[in-house]
Amino acid sequence: MRKVASFGYSTFASNVSGTRYRQYMTFADGSSVITLHDEGLARRLKALACTAPLHDLDARKVRLDWCDANAYQMAEIALQAIDQVTIAMDFDRGADHEDVVKRLLPFVEAQAPGRDGAEHVRVARWVLDNLINVGSTDRGFRALYGTFGATGEYQRRVWDFRLLVELVSPEGEIYLRASDEAINVLVGALDTDVESAQIAAEVKLENLIKRGRLSDAQLAAQQARYRTVQYAETLRRKLEATRRDVRSVDWEREVPDLIDEALTHIADRYRCENAILTNITETRDEAEDPVRKRRAAELVEIVSDCIRRHTQLQARLQEAGRTFRFEQDRQQFSGHAQRATVDLFGHLLVPVLGLAVAQATLPVAAFFGAAAGLTQPRLPRLTRLVDQLLTPPQDRDHLLDEVPEPELAPLPDPEVFSDDQWQQAWEFLDLTEVPRRLSGLLADARLLDPDLPWLVALLALHAISPEIGVAVRQGGDQVLLAVDDGTPLDDPEFGGSDLLVGVARLGAAESSGFSAEDALRGEAVA
Amino acid sequence: MSEPVSMGDVVDGARLLALGLRPKLIPSRDLIYADLVKRAVEDDTFRELTEAIAEGLGLTLLAVSARTGVVLGPTEDSVFEQKFDDYARRSMTGERRDLERVLHGIAHLAIAALAFPRPDDLANDTYVGRVSVEQADTAVREACMMLATRATAAEEAGDPLDDAPELEHVWRLYSRRPETTLTKDGRVAPSTTRGVIGKALRFLMDQGFLVKMSDVDGDTYRTTPRYQVQVRELAAGRAFAELLALGVVTVTDPSGSLRTVSPTASSTADGSASDA
Repeated sequence: MRKVASFGYSTFASNVSGTRYRQYMTFADGSSVITLHDEGLARRLKALACTAPLHDLDARKVRLDWCDANAYQMAEIALQAIDQVTIAMDFDRGADHEDVVKRLLPFVEAQAPGRDGAEHVRVARWVLDNLINVGSTDRGFRALYGTFGATGEYQRRVWDFRLLVELVSPEGEIYLRASDEAINVLVGALDTDVESAQIAAEVKLENLIKRGRLSDAQLAAQQARYRTVQYAETLRRKLEATRRDVRSVDWEREVPDLIDEALTHIADRYRCENAILTNITETRDEAEDPVRKRRAAELVEIVSDCIRRHTQLQARLQEAGRTFRFEQDRQQFSGHAQRATVDLFGHLLVPVLGLAVAQATLPVAAFFGAAAGLTQPRLPRLTRLVDQLLTPPQDRDHLLDEVPEPELAPLPDPEVFSDDQWQQAWEFLDLTEVPRRLSGLLADARLLDPDLPWLVALLALHAISPEIGVAVRQGGDQVLLAVDDGTPLDDPEFGGSDLLVGVARLGAAESSGFSAEDALRGEAVA
Repeated sequence: MSEPVSMGDVVDGARLLALGLRPKLIPSRDLIYADLVKRAVEDDTFRELTEAIAEGLGLTLLAVSARTGVVLGPTEDSVFEQKFDDYARRSMTGERRDLERVLHGIAHLAIAALAFPRPDDLANDTYVGRVSVEQADTAVREACMMLATRATAAEEAGDPLDDAPELEHVWRLYSRRPETTLTKDGRVAPSTTRGVIGKALRFLMDQGFLVKMSDVDGDTYRTTPRYQVQVRELAAGRAFAELLALGVVTVTDPSGSLRTVSPTASSTADGSASDA
């Protein structure tokens, strides 16, 4: 029975991609409803895509020609790299490239202790470059996923993401930060309220320590630290915005509230973490088992680091208030509007940013044409032309791109036989009428071209065991077939059997149920 | 005109325009220029004559004053017009040309918007704007973030379609591009947003629209009066007209709309932009 499918959609919870309907399919007889699109699908696909670059590292490591990369677990090194960058992230900056490579080295070394240091550095750098995706213009990754459009059609969308982001500090140094996607991949399910997640982690931590399960406690402590970092990152962005913008931030309520909230948070965490610290310091000092002692010591380190971060956050919060007042004093407010003019930011920049790329070209070109000033048309003069032609080209450093490193592949083998020779050979072997002996074919071919017999002989040899399955799949109706009936070959250049070469038809196999080979043999022998 | 125009007047008018074509020349540095500017300001006949010559050449006389000198704008398809394609031409292959063009255009818009953050600043002749690569980039990124927040709030269809990349929103394009990257020889890669803005700033400096401030301030530039006139009298209007033609009408507060948005604050409905 054929079922008729009809599409329908209803408004359901939204998903990450902003598609707010759940697509389902009902059969006309109402027997079943198949959900084609649930709201978490796009989210899960994106999460899956985040891990792809890591898998890709291990898949591509065999292609590295400068070392035997089998000894290295690249995905592990990559996760370690993201960890190191995340841990190094604080208010002003993250880790710079060299720093991360240095932090990675012990780990790389542990995987292949016998190799020399230069190779370790190179491996670490290779992983880091790949996580940044050096070489692509956007320095990021791209994943495709599908959604259902408003009318029910399947749409393929692209999602761009990055794992490590290069940023520039006020001093002009370039450093790395882990993207939100990377932190989410690393810690998982961080798409929640930061504060509550942190409280949960710390409650868990306390419980674990009380129950004495240190390895779990360490895991929870590390997670707590990542959350701390993420919380600090959120606040950093807010504070940066606050500091730069004096006029429009709600200085009366929003900012003080924000700072108050953050300070309360720090006070709570500080108390909490100090309690934990006392607790595990005791555990560390009293522990007999060396493994347990080491774990406790590591935990002390992590919690101390959390406390350090909170102190830093607090200092930054206090400073932000001062910066804010300073900026407010510094700023000169002018009187009310003197003339009606365009608000460049609100009237032009933001609307253009909201346009589609194809539409935006016209307005930006119009603005450029008018705001870029004049160009002086150049008229050539013969007296200057010679000089100009002889002038060495100017060094245009800032216009040039980095030189991409080409991936070199070995050249393919040159063709032994020309297209003409191939054509001639196939003409010889177009034996639809009667099969022929190889010796006759070779003799005829030799008359045309001294190299041609080689091609004919090779094709005949190939035809002893033709790929019938392939020919059938590709829809061919005949194959070249060579059969050895025991006659020796009499030829000045070649030796062996004088094959009987003919063309066998396919097709009988499909309709009659005989195997293709039976049908072939029958016809060739006949 | 009260008196007949002499050949000498025409020569003077054309000379004034020729001086105005030199991007970095200002009247206070050149006696002849200063005299001619004074005459154009005081003598309406001479000014009209100069405007007529300019029109014939494919130029618009935007302003004449001792402070700005002669500020000229190109008319449509004038030989004096800067070609956007030439400017945005890139040595890189494989990258889509239209994306690069839009990014370069956004850089110029951002520089102007940051140099004159409020409408008042653009109107006030004595205002000197300051702009740096970092400021311009950060402001655009924040605007992108604001649009992203708004798109999420409106639950619009999210990521761009695979088969229609030209329908991708500009803010996505901009926020996708890295702000800076490290090249092997330590330069800033020109394809990054900061590279693009840096190029625009240097270009405007060569055009006499920006002056680099002392090294103490890093890469900060201040605006010249010419730039203000150019943006106010010509560029803003033309771009605005293009946007109107696309049906994009925006209503903003007269105090300006350059705001920073904290990432979590959802109450950013300042109405500073509406999508078409």
